[in-house]
Amino acid sequence: MKILVCMSVVPDTTTKISFIENNTKFNTQGVQFIINPYDELSLTKAIEIAEKNGGTVTVATVGLSDTEPVIRKALAIGANDAIRVNAEPKDGLQVASLLADIVKSNAYDLVLTGRESIDYNGGQICGLLAELLSWPAVNVCTKIEFENGNMQFERDIDGGRQNVTCSLPVIASAQKDLCEPRIPNMKGIMAARTKPLSVIEPNINETGSEYFQFENPVAKQAVRMIDANQAGDLINILKNEIKILS
Amino acid sequence: MIGIYAEISDGKFKKSVLEAASYANQMNSNGVVAFCVGSTNDDEIQKLSKYGVNKIVTIGSISFDSQNYTQILSKAIQKENIQTLILANTYEGKSIGPRLSIALNASLATNVISLPDMNQGFSVKRSVFSGKGFAYVKLIKDTKVIAITPNSIDLIERPTSISIENFDGAVSENKTNITSTHKAEGKIPLTEAEIVVSAGRGLKGPENWGMVEELANLLGAATACSKPVSDMGWRPHSEHVGQTGITIKPNLYIAIGISGAIQHLAGVSSSKVIVAINKDPEAPFFKAADIGIVGDAFEILPQIIAAAKLNLN
Ligand SMILES: Cc1cc2nc3c(=O)[nH]c(=O)nc-3n(C[C@H](O)[C@H](O)[C@H](O)COP(=O)(O)OP(=O)(O)OC[C@H]3O[C@@H](n4cnc5c(N)ncnc54)[C@H](O)[C@@H]3O)c2cc1C
Repeated sequence: MKILVCMSVVPDTTTKISFIENNTKFNTQGVQFIINPYDELSLTKAIEIAEKNGGTVTVATVGLSDTEPVIRKALAIGANDAIRVNAEPKDGLQVASLLADIVKSNAYDLVLTGRESIDYNGGQICGLLAELLSWPAVNVCTKIEFENGNMQFERDIDGGRQNVTCSLPVIASAQKDLCEPRIPNMKGIMAARTKPLSVIEPNINETGSEYFQFENPVAKQAVRMIDANQAGDLINILKNEIKILS
Repeated sequence: MIGIYAEISDGKFKKSVLEAASYANQMNSNGVVAFCVGSTNDDEIQKLSKYGVNKIVTIGSISFDSQNYTQILSKAIQKENIQTLILANTYEGKSIGPRLSIALNASLATNVISLPDMNQGFSVKRSVFSGKGFAYVKLIKDTKVIAITPNSIDLIERPTSISIENFDGAVSENKTNITSTHKAEGKIPLTEAEIVVSAGRGLKGPENWGMVEELANLLGAATACSKPVSDMGWRPHSEHVGQTGITIKPNLYIAIGISGAIQHLAGVSSSKVIVAINKDPEAPFFKAADIGIVGDAFEILPQIIAAAKLNLN
């Protein structure tokens, strides 16, 4: 089975978010970049499926050369090879179009993405890619397995969960609970150095949107403290002052 | 014309659909058309007319498959000459919104929290960096698909009369097959809840969640938890909020025995009013909260529950 994992490179979860150049750009100074946590899950799952059923795992990232150390980490975790599309990601449509091109020219059976990337939180790539390829898709999966020649999924739905089956090819996105992310070991890190990482130039440049301004949330006013012995007052304040309860 | 996708859940339109209608009726347009798949009833349809929907296009029931939903909805939408389609960022909305944007050759914005600003082309505000920032994004294609975050748009009534039309279109066989569905009965979906009562490791063990649930019931709230709590299996993973869990935006978020780590705050900081209850006066949550109580949850919660029983309807 040929599996493609679409991976985005994002700021570490502890990053303090700030913007520069008149709030038109994210400030990357001093920021540590990591594999998007949901993509770490889809990568681990892809490796597990390939180990169990035979197959290869390719990681694809749309990004400039500074993403390569993070791509090497994905190779250290266990991907067989990697593709970097040498372009600065601008929006979901651009990234999905570039990824769709890779899928079309390589005959993958299974494509995995994360539920969303934790920087732009678009949650768009799985659906965009699926429609560009005319493939079925299963979003926000807490289970992805290949059993008896078919893909078996469990996905989150509003207020519950659902089991879904589908034959290959199919695209799915990973939700927390899918698996425990694998951590690279020494052998993996050594092997990653020589695994193929091919760089391709973008041949499509379609976008649907332009980011032009950012801002941080307004700082909260100082917290109002209620005495622990008067904790019941909380209800009164929420009901009669803030009028949020009735 | 503005279109809205009216998601049906158990024969009803959820609040998020009314939010989409309110969003659409505030945009300068000559009409709002709702599109729905599946069956509903007259009362529900009249509910939409109260929020400015003049026409509803109904599509017969088909089992959910994002590809087939997209195929038939995009045909119905194109027939009505829709320029902008609004949908809610629910799981279903997230599955079909991106696909529809491709099928309609549209620009797409998800997690949108504001009405469009027409002064700079057509731009919307969306939350990014898991609640730690906001971005303004210009949608450059003629057609637009906008997915709004539940609880971001106020309900605005604009009563009108509504016409009903059925759209018949052939769909191919679903490629995905749903084999079973499990829904928590009578529970308020976390992403749409207006009030959320959430608890963390400070509660010491799953056996102590009775009082959390009791308070939630009294307030008509959904329950949530921090990551370690769901990791340890004290609570279902579907309750985990934060950067790697669900992002929520309720009117009221009550955090009990949660420290307020940056990854937790990322998912809840856009809540309108935040109450933190923690025995540690230095807990970071107090910096992100509007109201704080320093004390032992096991002493504080019973007081709050008693006051709620006494003072709330
Ligand atoms: C990559 C990454 C992603 C993450 N994503 C998330 C996420 O999405 N969501 C999330 O929640 N976390 C996330 N975390 C974990 C996060 O960093 C914190 O570890 C976690 O939020 C802490 O949970 P907690 O507050 O329940 O537990 P603790 O940190 O153990 O805090 C418990 C709190 O309860 C208080 N307490 C104890 N006893 C009582 C009592 N009797 N009465 C009142 N208060 C009491 C304590 O003072 C303390 O503040 C993530 C971490 C990483 C590294």
